[in-house]
Amino acid sequence: MNAALPQVGAIARRSVVRTSRQPAAVVFPLVFPMLLLLVNSGGLEASTHLPGFPTDSFVAFALAVPFIQGALFSTMNAGTDLARDIQTGFLNRLSLTSMRGVALIAGLLAGAVVLGLVQAAFYIVVGLIIGVEFAAGILGILVLFLFSAVISISFGAIGLYLALRTGSGESIQGLFPLLFVFLFLSSMNTPRDLIEVEWFRFVASINPVSYLIECVRSLIITGWDARALGLGFGIALMIGIVAITAATLSLRQRLVRT
Amino acid sequence: MDRVNSIEVEGLVREFKKGPRAVDGIDLHVEPGEIYGFLGPNGAGKSTTVLMLTTLLPPTAGTARVGGYDVVADGPKVRSVIGAALQEAALDPMLTGRDHLRLQATLQGISRAERKVRAGELLDRVGLAEAADRKVGGYSGGMKRRLDLALALVHRPQILFLDEPTTGLDIQSRTALWDEVARLAREDGVTVFLTTQYLEEADVLANRVGIIDHGHIVAEGTPHELKAEIGLPSVHAIPAEESDRQRLAEALAPYGESLDGGTRDVVVRLRDGLAGLPAVVRAVDDAGLKLASLEIQAPSLDDVFLAKTGRSLEGAEEGEPDAAESAA
Repeated sequence: MNAALPQVGAIARRSVVRTSRQPAAVVFPLVFPMLLLLVNSGGLEASTHLPGFPTDSFVAFALAVPFIQGALFSTMNAGTDLARDIQTGFLNRLSLTSMRGVALIAGLLAGAVVLGLVQAAFYIVVGLIIGVEFAAGILGILVLFLFSAVISISFGAIGLYLALRTGSGESIQGLFPLLFVFLFLSSMNTPRDLIEVEWFRFVASINPVSYLIECVRSLIITGWDARALGLGFGIALMIGIVAITAATLSLRQRLVRT
Repeated sequence: MDRVNSIEVEGLVREFKKGPRAVDGIDLHVEPGEIYGFLGPNGAGKSTTVLMLTTLLPPTAGTARVGGYDVVADGPKVRSVIGAALQEAALDPMLTGRDHLRLQATLQGISRAERKVRAGELLDRVGLAEAADRKVGGYSGGMKRRLDLALALVHRPQILFLDEPTTGLDIQSRTALWDEVARLAREDGVTVFLTTQYLEEADVLANRVGIIDHGHIVAEGTPHELKAEIGLPSVHAIPAEESDRQRLAEALAPYGESLDGGTRDVVVRLRDGLAGLPAVVRAVDDAGLKLASLEIQAPSLDDVFLAKTGRSLEGAEEGEPDAAESAA
């Protein structure tokens, strides 16, 4: 494992460097969720008057959503980067070295974590600037960073799996809107128990994205909610385990070296 | 230990699903320190052979030992002794040349202290020191190929595979790459397996040449042997005065077989090869003849290819199955 660590570091460094040299890849995941937050907050502020709404600040309520959107961008970035490596033959170049398959997966995911933490820091700072008070305090913010790292890994692994299965960056970009559907069919704008349309409440309740959002949201507006944290971390870890396993198996098929 | 730098191949076959036998039972032996030119048109099976020898594609049948290791049973050991620059210079446009070398060196297990030194050495060697910190996206084709070569050399491999390394390069870049490859073999004792569709490249660079067509090796030997096998060079002379044609033919007759040169040329196949040329010139001079032109036509590797396959190498192109796609 010791020999693999420098390899993980080198691949992670490459992910971060190549992303940092593409301004659009850095700025878009930071700005787009914030714009969506502002638009939603402006239009849906009145929701806070609903009986049972958990806070009187819609911005605080909705600030959880950018964290999940950022993770979706991790999916796309990690996936399209790897797919490009497959298409250009860069993966063959890496295959000819003594690189271990696990180092490739771990390195790409480590790169996704770094970018995910940068995004999380940005969302938290913007939240603080616009007056959001984090109910779980400083320790809660640290847990928020930890959760961001976990969902970056989980969603990044989905991107890697898709890249290894399709070998096409275009296919992954094509799936991006589908991932956004999961976001819109969740409790992103309304608490589940206040959704009155029955089918929508049902879909939001079986949608794992709802529980990821509610985990983040609990740290911002509730404080320490063991159930929300347990469900959020548990689902994120399960997604991660399944996606990493699938990506590792796909990598074995993709790396046809003897 | 004498097999450490060698390549030994017996009956190597690669079949693709729903496709032809891209490589159909080839035998090869490449000596340590030799530059072996693998010549053939597009689709002949060159790249598929390289993918198998570099462990990136399992053979359907046959055996191959590279550096003394079996390509199927000892893949990691094979990879530890080879360097490869594959057909496309697969580089990341967002990284600099130095970034690439550091990444490659780390993945090859080179120590942190040595990485920086090795990167600097290689950048100097391939003439990219000034461009080392520029993004590769802005490199010319020749610069990318040189960086590709440097990356293949990071871990000081004993055997180097170069798959069409100069395709698409201008003559200056091509010559620079040839010089470096020749130096590697001459000074560092690196065995080089080089595929090419350029006759001149094989002729200039390779100690021995294998000609592959439709997955079969149709000829093998030194460029000189292959050309000599199909014929000696001929001299084509045109007298300044048309009335001297008969005298010119008589003067050249002792030096080889007369060939049909039409109504204008006097053509003689030189019995002693190019070594007979000075005597021919002296004979023309002694006879007091003036020439309008004098040309030597030596058989080329294209002539060899034509003789062996019935087709010219120029334009004899077919699509080779995409190994990566078809391997599944």
